[in-house]
Amino acid sequence: MIRIENLHKKFGKNQVLSNLDLDIKGGGIFAVLGPNGSGKTTLIKSILGMVIPSKGSISVLDKSIKKNWKYRQEIDYLPQIANFPGNLKVKELIRMIKDLRQKESKEDELIKTFGLETFLDKKLGTLSGGTKQKVNIVLTFMFDSPLIILDEPTTGLDPASLIKLKELILQEKGKGKTILITTHIMQFVEEMADEIIYLLEGDIYFKGSIQQLMAKTQQTDFEHAIAAISIQTTDA
Amino acid sequence: MLKILKYSFYDLMRSRWSYVYFLFYLALGFVLLFLNNDLSKAVITLMNVIIVLVPLISTIFGVMYFYNSKEFTELLLAQPLKRTSIFLGQYFGVAGSLTMSLVLGLGLPFVLYGLFKSDAIWDFSLLLITGAFLTLIFTALAFNIAISNENKIKGFGYAVLLWLFLAVIYDGLFLLSLILLEEYPLDSFSLVATMLNPIDLSRTLILLKLDISALLGYTGAVFKSFFGTNLGLMISISMLLLWTILPIWRLAYKSKRKDF
Repeated sequence: MIRIENLHKKFGKNQVLSNLDLDIKGGGIFAVLGPNGSGKTTLIKSILGMVIPSKGSISVLDKSIKKNWKYRQEIDYLPQIANFPGNLKVKELIRMIKDLRQKESKEDELIKTFGLETFLDKKLGTLSGGTKQKVNIVLTFMFDSPLIILDEPTTGLDPASLIKLKELILQEKGKGKTILITTHIMQFVEEMADEIIYLLEGDIYFKGSIQQLMAKTQQTDFEHAIAAISIQTTDA
Repeated sequence: MLKILKYSFYDLMRSRWSYVYFLFYLALGFVLLFLNNDLSKAVITLMNVIIVLVPLISTIFGVMYFYNSKEFTELLLAQPLKRTSIFLGQYFGVAGSLTMSLVLGLGLPFVLYGLFKSDAIWDFSLLLITGAFLTLIFTALAFNIAISNENKIKGFGYAVLLWLFLAVIYDGLFLLSLILLEEYPLDSFSLVATMLNPIDLSRTLILLKLDISALLGYTGAVFKSFFGTNLGLMISISMLLLWTILPIWRLAYKSKRKDF
């Protein structure tokens, strides 16, 4: 599904990713974790082609992404901060993205799920953070792509919507899709993730299941286990 | 690219600024015709306004649009679209809507005044063509500045400086060099120096077309013998084209390499 070899990325003097190798076979929920500034977003943006690697190669669905843009047709991406053009209406934005993608979509169902019907004629600039995030979710999940990338999907959501989001993610997982999630909410990870990819200082420090992580850190609680890896490395 | 162009264009057509710009030219056109009561004279006054104002507005508007549509751009970057189409689409959307405001805003009053029955129609068309070129050139330069500077304040600063340099300082340096080097034959030097600045080039083109080159004395004669000919006109137009294409090319080049 995703294959990353020897990935390096520097922003000026700041080395964000160094010699990162990652192989995701596909199917399941993968949580990309790590402290602030560990390179999570850069990794995701590299896969999306928004950040251009200094060195190394990335391939998605067995095709190199270099000088390629068509592969993004197979990715649904939920950006971290839902900043949309302010003077567009919600339904215009949805129509625009549909027009750009030219793919079958199921936005009506999602609009109903998240109760966005009354917001369709409102301009995006006037929406609250949580509502924007719901629009963001609709835009991401309305297409049927084999790879879904979610950058902080829970931001600003109320508990009811959070439950719906989780159901939605599990539903997509059930279809055999690969889902990549970054988040800082450990409870969410514990509940959802099949596998954890822990980034530290621009490289993968741990990759495996939650059980493996707990065994490695000799902790019984997941949150403590994650905290323990960070501490272990600061000691080292 | 056409889809992005369409969305950028719609977006701009709905924004207040396009109307302000359009209404400004509309008012300018009517006032000039009303005050001058003569098409040719109005064209000359208009030239002086266009030569300075079109580059300024295109530069500022271009930079502003680029920074303001950052979110839109990021949204598009995650879609299956080619990077060059995203940026060129936005560029042509901005340049297109600015050109349309200019052409419609000035065109309407002149047409209503009876442009089609007058001799000034060619002068006026040339004026609009150079105006369109200046819009394309300065919007492209503005996009170039904006894509190379993450910092908005810096980007704005450079854009204004660029305009100031080409519209004012360049002429000053040009004149200064003419005075300092007055013992040498300067015909070709001044020709080349004029060609290298799109604003000067446009001004000279229009002035000579308006047949007031006699006012410029000997230099006017030299210029007339160059720009007045078909070859001169061709070379000037190709220079304007070059001024348009080079920044657009750099924009495409830069857009492929930028991180977001």
